[in-house]
Order: sequence, then structure tokens, then C-alpha cells
Amino acid sequence: MDKRVANADAVIGRVRDGATILMGAFGLCGVPENLISALLRQGTKNLTVVSNNPGTDGFGVGLLIENRQVKKMIASYVGSNKFFEKLVLSGEIEMELNPQGTLAERMRAAGAGIPAFFTPTGYGTMVAEGKEVREFKGRPHVLEPSLRGDFAFIKAWKGDRWGNLVYRKTARNFHAVMATAADYVIAEVEEMVDLGGLDPDGVHTPGIFVDAIFQGTNYVKPMEPGPKRKRDEG
Amino acid sequence: MDKRELIARRVAQEMRDGYYVNLGIGIPTLVPNYLPRGIEVIMQSENGMLGIGPYPYEGEEDPDLVNAGKEPVTEIPGCCYFSSADSFAMIRGGHMDVCVLGALQVDEKGNLANWAVPGKMLKGMGGAMDLVAGTKRVIVAMEHAAKDGAPKIVKKCALPLTGLEVVDLIVTDLAVIEVTPKGLLLREVAPGITPEAVQKITEPALLRAPDLKTISI
Repeated sequence: MDKRVANADAVIGRVRDGATILMGAFGLCGVPENLISALLRQGTKNLTVVSNNPGTDGFGVGLLIENRQVKKMIASYVGSNKFFEKLVLSGEIEMELNPQGTLAERMRAAGAGIPAFFTPTGYGTMVAEGKEVREFKGRPHVLEPSLRGDFAFIKAWKGDRWGNLVYRKTARNFHAVMATAADYVIAEVEEMVDLGGLDPDGVHTPGIFVDAIFQGTNYVKPMEPGPKRKRDEG
Repeated sequence: MDKRELIARRVAQEMRDGYYVNLGIGIPTLVPNYLPRGIEVIMQSENGMLGIGPYPYEGEEDPDLVNAGKEPVTEIPGCCYFSSADSFAMIRGGHMDVCVLGALQVDEKGNLANWAVPGKMLKGMGGAMDLVAGTKRVIVAMEHAAKDGAPKIVKKCALPLTGLEVVDLIVTDLAVIEVTPKGLLLREVAPGITPEAVQKITEPALLRAPDLKTISI
């Protein structure tokens, strides 16, 4: 078994107009940079993108949005991308907001063969409008459907030719759950290792979930701003 | 003392050794600076981390290590990482002891509105709806009134809700108020502030605790 492909361009042709793609990342942390670049070059349109955020102006999912390749965005927080906001206000892009945990659980459910589930999250709020409500132990719960992708774009730290993956620090975020919830899962890794090169106890995504894997190149890995400590503060 | 510091210092007094805590953006992020000595409180970040350390030194940021506000952070010994699905199993499964969030409005039933700003496009709720639905104790940390002086503690939230009957405690620059089945219970007032002054900028009638105290920092 060898799931390795040469690069993103070698598999991106599978993605057709109108596809639903799960894209891991939390803000700019853990962006599948090579796959997004290949999709930009291919120009595939009318995509539904599921990602916690729409990237930023100029990076990540934001690049696909600027290139008008995205028809609908399913996310939990979109405050980091001004151009996306403009397209939403002008009706040029569709937006569906999910509570972050509901978003993760919808994909976890899809990956585990669960078509829908009840959760108290969002009960009594805008996100519960039009959804079935049922009481369990006296508390109202909202019925949420599972969420599956045609594709998942996964970025990991290390991987092997069977598709076993290890992520690094908070770059794991949505990747691990998204890898379980799509028909065709493509993983790009910073380092491809030989079989046996990953500690079997430390594998985060077992290879069974992955269909294709390649070693990415030229990672930018930009960072969003934040406060810094000064040396004399200790 | 700065209003925000007073609120953060008072919220910090609610922390106990062994608590797992999630802090929202704004005033809540100041709480770790004022934790009581000798206790260990583990901070969770919903993007997949337990054991957040301080902000990094300039030049030592790691793009693979950010908090839920997407700011670069550091890890402390004992830290661990996990997926978003595991993270929200902690939050939604009732494993988190406390979350501290800001608010636009809180009402007398403990309903919370904190994600949709009036007149602006919806930016999303992030993890807030999950946190208030699943965490054992929800503390709101905010300034008592809006910038224009309008009450933020109201009879009924007019803004889009984050959660229904979810708030347990409200800590402001003027008061500490507990949400009880009978209504809002004024437990503490800030130094130099009378209960009447608090009531004046609070829409619903406040019940007064028999042992009403002054906030002590």
C-alpha cells in the first residue's frame, strides 16, 4: 500500500466545481497551504468550504474567497476577513455560522456513522431556529445533522506512506476530526517519514482515514498579531 | 484601581485549586495575573490545548502554537494538545469547571447576549454557545453599564442570545451579582459604591443579600 502522490497538483484534479471541502486550520494555524495553492491554480468554482474561519485577507481560505471560488462558507467565526464580510453583505457569498463545538461534533458524527445528534448548545438562540427540539432529563436539546465533505484538506506535521499522521501543537485543531469525515481525504505533511518512523502510540490520525498524502513545500506559516513578553519582565 | 483590573481581581477570587478554566477575550484574559497564591488552575484554549503559558518573548513565537484568539502563546510543563472534537467534548460534556466571558447584555433569568453587535454583520459565536451550555459555572466579567451609560444588566435581553438561563455570577466594576431562581442577588458592592447606586444603572430590581459585603481585593 502506498498512498503517496507527488504533490498537490497530482490529486487536485479530483476536485470538481460545486464540491464540499473540509479545510482544517484555526485562523492561520495549520493551513493546508499547498492544497489551497493548487486549488487556486485550478480555479475550481462554486465550492462549499467548511473551515472554522474564512482565513484572512490574503491568506488561507481567504485566497480562494478573493478568487471568487467559494459559493458558501460554513464557519464559527468570520471576523478576521474584511473582503469576506463585503461579499456576505452584497449577497455574493453564502454564510452559515455554527457554534464551534457543534461544527466539530457534526463532523465527528459524520465520521462515526451518526446521521444527527441532540445537543443543548444553541438552544433558545438563532442557531436553533427551525430545528427539532427534544427534552432529555428535563433539558431542551437541539437536533443537529452530521456534516460530511466530498474532500478534506488536511495539514499535518509528519506522515508515512500508509497515511498515518502526527500533528504539532495547536495546529491539530480541526484536522483530526475532518480527516474522518470526507469521501476523499488528502493530507499534506511537512515531513514524510518511513513506515515505522512514527511512534505507534503517538499517531493522531490512523492512516485508514487518509486517501492520499504528499510532502508539502515552501510553507509560509504566517502568524496573527498578539502581545509579546519583554525580556526584563521575566 | 483601573475598572478592568478590579473586575479581573475579583473574578480571580472565584478560582480554586484544580479548576479547569476557559477565558474569553477582553477582561477575562487578565484573570491569570491575579490568581491567589499557591493554587494551580489549568487554562484551556478551545482550539485544542490545556496548560496555556504566558505570551512568548519577541522572536520566539511558534506559528503552531496559538490561543483561541489566534495570538501566539507558550506552553507550561504538563500542557497537552488535542483536537477540536476532544476540546469540545471537554466543554460540552461538562468537564470544564468555569468559563469567564464578557457580555453585551445579561438579564434577570441569566440569559446571555454576547456575540452579535447591533448594527453590524454577524461575525460568529465561535465557541461561546458551547461554553455557556456545557461549563459547570459561567461567570460574566464586564463593566456594569455600556459606554453611553445604558444598563447592560436588563430585564430581558434584546440582543441575539448566546445561551438561555446560563449565567451563574456577574462581576462588574460596581458589584458582584448572583443569578438565583428568585432573581438577581446583590452580594457585593465596590468600595465607595452604595447598593442604591448599583440599582440605579441596573434595569431589573436587585435582591439584597442579608450579608451584603464590600468587594475586597
